[in-house]
Amino acid sequence: MSTVDSPAAPAAPPTRSARAAAATADYLDQRTGVGNAVKEFARKIFPDHWSFLLGEIALYSFVVLLISGTFLTMFFVPSMTEVHYHGPWASMNGVEMSEAFASTLRLSFEVRGGLLMRQIHHWAALIFMASIVTHMMRVFFTGAFRKPRELNWLVGFTLMILGLLAGFSGYSLPDDVLSGNGLRIADGVARSIPVLGSYISFGLFGGEFPGTELIPRLFTVHILLIPALILALIGLHLLMVVLHKHTQFPGSGRTDKNVVGYPLFPVYVAKAGGFFFVVFAVIALMGATMTINPVWNYGPFDPSVVSAGAQPDWYMLFLEGGLRLMPGGVEFVIGEYTLSLNVLIPAVVVPGLLFTVLALWPFIEAFATGDDREHHVLDRPRNAPFRTAFGVAFLTAFMVLVLAGSNDLIATHFHLSINDITEVFRVLFFVGPVIAFWITKRICLALQRKDRELVLHGHETGRIVRFASGEYIEVHKPLDEHERWLRVQHEPRRPLEIEPAEDARGVRRPGYRIDAMRRRLSTLFYEDRVEPVTPAELAAAQSHGGHDALPAAHDEHPAELSGAGGGVRHLAADQEDTEGTNRP
Amino acid sequence: MSTHHDPSTDLTTRDGAPLPERFEDPGLEGHRARVGDSDPKAQKRAERQVVVLFTLSILGTVGAIVAYALVPPGETVGSMRLSNLLLGLGLFLGLAGIGFAAVHWAKSLMNDHEQAEDRHPTASSEAVRVKAVEALREGVKDSSIGRRGVLKGAMVTSLALFPLAIAVPLIGNIGGDWDVSRSKRTMWRRGTRLAIDPTGRPIKAADVTIGSVFHVIPEDLHEAEHPLDEKAKAVVLMIRMDPRDLKSEQGEGWSYDGIVAYSKICTHVGCPVALYEQQTHHILCPCHQSTFDAADGARVVFGPANRPLPQLPITVDDEGYLVAQDGFNEPIGPSFWERLT
Amino acid sequence: MKALAARRHHRYAPVVLLMLALLLTGAVYAIAQPASADAAQAAASESDIAAGQKLFQANCATCHGPTAEGREAVEGGAGGPSLIGVGAAAVDFQVGTGRMPAQMNGAQIQAKPVQFEQEQIDQLAAYVASLGAGPAVPTQEQVDPELGDAANGMALFRTNCAMCHNAVGAGGALSEGKWAPALDDTTPTHIYEAMLTGPQSMPVFNDANITPDEKRDIIAYLDDQREGSPGGLSLGSLGPVSEGLWAWVVGIGLLIAASVWIGAKSS
Repeated sequence: MSTVDSPAAPAAPPTRSARAAAATADYLDQRTGVGNAVKEFARKIFPDHWSFLLGEIALYSFVVLLISGTFLTMFFVPSMTEVHYHGPWASMNGVEMSEAFASTLRLSFEVRGGLLMRQIHHWAALIFMASIVTHMMRVFFTGAFRKPRELNWLVGFTLMILGLLAGFSGYSLPDDVLSGNGLRIADGVARSIPVLGSYISFGLFGGEFPGTELIPRLFTVHILLIPALILALIGLHLLMVVLHKHTQFPGSGRTDKNVVGYPLFPVYVAKAGGFFFVVFAVIALMGATMTINPVWNYGPFDPSVVSAGAQPDWYMLFLEGGLRLMPGGVEFVIGEYTLSLNVLIPAVVVPGLLFTVLALWPFIEAFATGDDREHHVLDRPRNAPFRTAFGVAFLTAFMVLVLAGSNDLIATHFHLSINDITEVFRVLFFVGPVIAFWITKRICLALQRKDRELVLHGHETGRIVRFASGEYIEVHKPLDEHERWLRVQHEPRRPLEIEPAEDARGVRRPGYRIDAMRRRLSTLFYEDRVEPVTPAELAAAQSHGGHDALPAAHDEHPAELSGAGGGVRHLAADQEDTEGTNRP
Repeated sequence: MSTHHDPSTDLTTRDGAPLPERFEDPGLEGHRARVGDSDPKAQKRAERQVVVLFTLSILGTVGAIVAYALVPPGETVGSMRLSNLLLGLGLFLGLAGIGFAAVHWAKSLMNDHEQAEDRHPTASSEAVRVKAVEALREGVKDSSIGRRGVLKGAMVTSLALFPLAIAVPLIGNIGGDWDVSRSKRTMWRRGTRLAIDPTGRPIKAADVTIGSVFHVIPEDLHEAEHPLDEKAKAVVLMIRMDPRDLKSEQGEGWSYDGIVAYSKICTHVGCPVALYEQQTHHILCPCHQSTFDAADGARVVFGPANRPLPQLPITVDDEGYLVAQDGFNEPIGPSFWERLT
Repeated sequence: MKALAARRHHRYAPVVLLMLALLLTGAVYAIAQPASADAAQAAASESDIAAGQKLFQANCATCHGPTAEGREAVEGGAGGPSLIGVGAAAVDFQVGTGRMPAQMNGAQIQAKPVQFEQEQIDQLAAYVASLGAGPAVPTQEQVDPELGDAANGMALFRTNCAMCHNAVGAGGALSEGKWAPALDDTTPTHIYEAMLTGPQSMPVFNDANITPDEKRDIIAYLDDQREGSPGGLSLGSLGPVSEGLWAWVVGIGLLIAASVWIGAKSS
């Protein structure tokens, strides 16, 4: 209560509410020592950038999922007992269905606000996965996963996998035809696993497909197991963010040793808190106006029924696409045992490989760079051409699979043959990423050259000056130091040099093989590069392009500049650019 | 690298000092003032806007409650849609008002001077590490685990084993009776009548006109202990084509006068393959587009499936109803490891 | 007049209008085309058949042959199947939806603006029906959605139709560039005739497979779908792919726009 009778207190007596707040704070602090935490965190600095909010979208849509999901559990009955539906939905009247499906209809049509909550829940799930993916893309392309954040990348990766599982388990709960066929595919994939397949399938379904156990089991997984894990990992994820402090984009005054931005309280409490409401509002708007997963159209699960457009939610489409693209003919019988690679490869092997590379990327890149410093300033994607190109190639492969999973809709909407589309995608899955890689890398290098060009010669002003000799030039305005710093701050990454295999006495040293591998990888990563402008290069450019750097001083006497090589400046610039590009 | 021309060696600044290797960070940019920072009117306007946004939120929430009370979902599609729309719009306004108000407040009224905070290396300092290692070492010494190998072994073994007491009953029961061979058998027997799905009406051969497709279940399906499990294996697609179009079948005499019956469960991953194209006699799976030629023993003509759909041998009984000659002679549906055992 | 204007916006207004329209066309049909095939042939006047034959010679004989016996497609020319025994229903469907006369050969013959008056279609149908017994055009009672049971219709539609036409009749892809058309604009009579005659890729669903009452149930179910979705916009009723697309475009689109606004410095 020191604030009340402190001599520094303002002359005006504290109001009632101020006294109450102080009393509460005192009560809490005496029992929890919360004062330390408040002192530590209230004014903690967070950098500001729109792309840092992508992860927040994921967090907030998860909160929306918890709120709407709790609402739904009050009315959903996770049971596969067969009942007959009687209710307001005419085209289901008297139809036999599981209690799970009947309760889904009831909570949609008879519980006021139930349909809204169901739609909010499903839209939030799609947004949750989409924001996780975009957040991962941001982290990947800016190199935010580098030391010390590799472990947090793994936590985030695990969260994405858990998100997929949460989505799939929830999508299947209403026990409708569409999700039932999804489960049937899951059953078929499980069965393709050598030796254990049938047992895995029986273990999942509690016996034969579809059985009567699956919905209650999925329910427990969906509302308890996975959310609890996600919640725990989100806690860990955020704890590590606090521990490491947030990364920041490069810019003047931003270094690996500081963090520049605004304090948590009040700016981020308002911005991030407000953004939660914005995220919830957008999802609510979608739930109010756009139908999602209309299970009443699909009807209760029946193993003989299927409808055109049989697809999973978007985040599982890549698996569906893989299954569609894989040609048959790679099923083998070994002895009397069947190995069906036409299912295993697209459903298990390919996703397994893609995900493993994704999870291990920070470690692969750290191995290639041999860099063990901490990085808190992000890369501009152009400054890491190999990584950026790899990321785009990865996304291209993913995109081809997603499109292949939608090939029937592409066929009907663009009047194409589904067979032709499939054949084209089969080729594109391999060729697309290569082309995407090459193009992206070229674009990155070109953007870096553009940066060099800007730093060396400044902005075009559109002001044309004529010299006495009759020559025209355009006056360029040099960059200010902040603009320039953004374009020269990055450290050039070069392929690693390694010690020779044998020392002076011809003794083979241990660890050479790993070093050689590291060099090969490093060469692959950094062979093609453009180095940032050095002060010396800038000085050189200014000395023979002086009219650009100092246009104002010479405006009255343009003739003086005629000998300054202005006419060949662009050629000179090109030469310098090529010099900046190193191909050892 | 040798080709790289390094101009820094032969160039100097005007006063003769060598240029640095790299540019130097110019430090934070100065603060750019907002309109509101100098104009109290603009600030007042922003404040009013925030108040209006919060008020919109209040109105939205009130609207949602009113909609809840006055617009029930009712019995028709239109009334359900209206109820959902009004409740949702109310909620949207209630949330968006708060969100935009808070952000607008932060952006236009709160202090927007950037601040910098120092970072410290993530790793603990050398002194702390030494102390941590010391603490562990002392703990190990106190426990004396290093000297008591048997104790260590016993502890590790007991810890490794105890989860079995939970895992064994779980795994023992999670798969029901674990009789995985059940999935190789269907309800089709010699003489089982083919019936229409879902009504269960038996089918006379004479009723199946050329170009027809019938979705078929065994007539006694509803008598099964687990009808859905049985249906998941027993569904059949029956097609009649001109007998002259029938190029091959999987067994001699398995069709009846141009009527062929195939398992409806895809041999790829088990979707019901149900799209029959009358003119080409192709059966297409809508899930992954495996295409089978019904006129040619359900041979795979496109897509990821590897095996033909198993054919159900059929004939007619004394009353002219279509019946199975026998069950399938191979397991239906997707491949699995012990399929052929 | 005001009362009428108000009722025009009533929910049932389209249904009532549809009923009126159906009654009207039904009345026309009742004169030209009674219920059963035999009766139809008996009632179709000689002059109708003669007029139909004339129309046939002018518009159809190129492909289907002068006596409708069919013609093999020859090099660069068009061919068409025999129409003997296809019945009036097939003609009413094919010509009434604009599929016939066909414009060009492709993966599939497409529906397009109808080329003939209903009276001419009836005459053509009468002529083709006179060539051999086949399914007749259904009566208004047979296709009246109000008389059908939508719940049973949905069960049948799911088993027999949804795999090609989508769960609510939004259409879907077949192999090699063919497709099952969307059914939202198809008239009840044409739906019935399509099931009965199995045009193009579609199989035949004769009255033993799906009884006339069951066909009407299916029509009732499809008719229910025209009221839209209780959840708001239906997004084409195409399933999770279109939902995913909208989640990215609308959801992530709006949220990123909001993020950019939040991250931008205030002016």
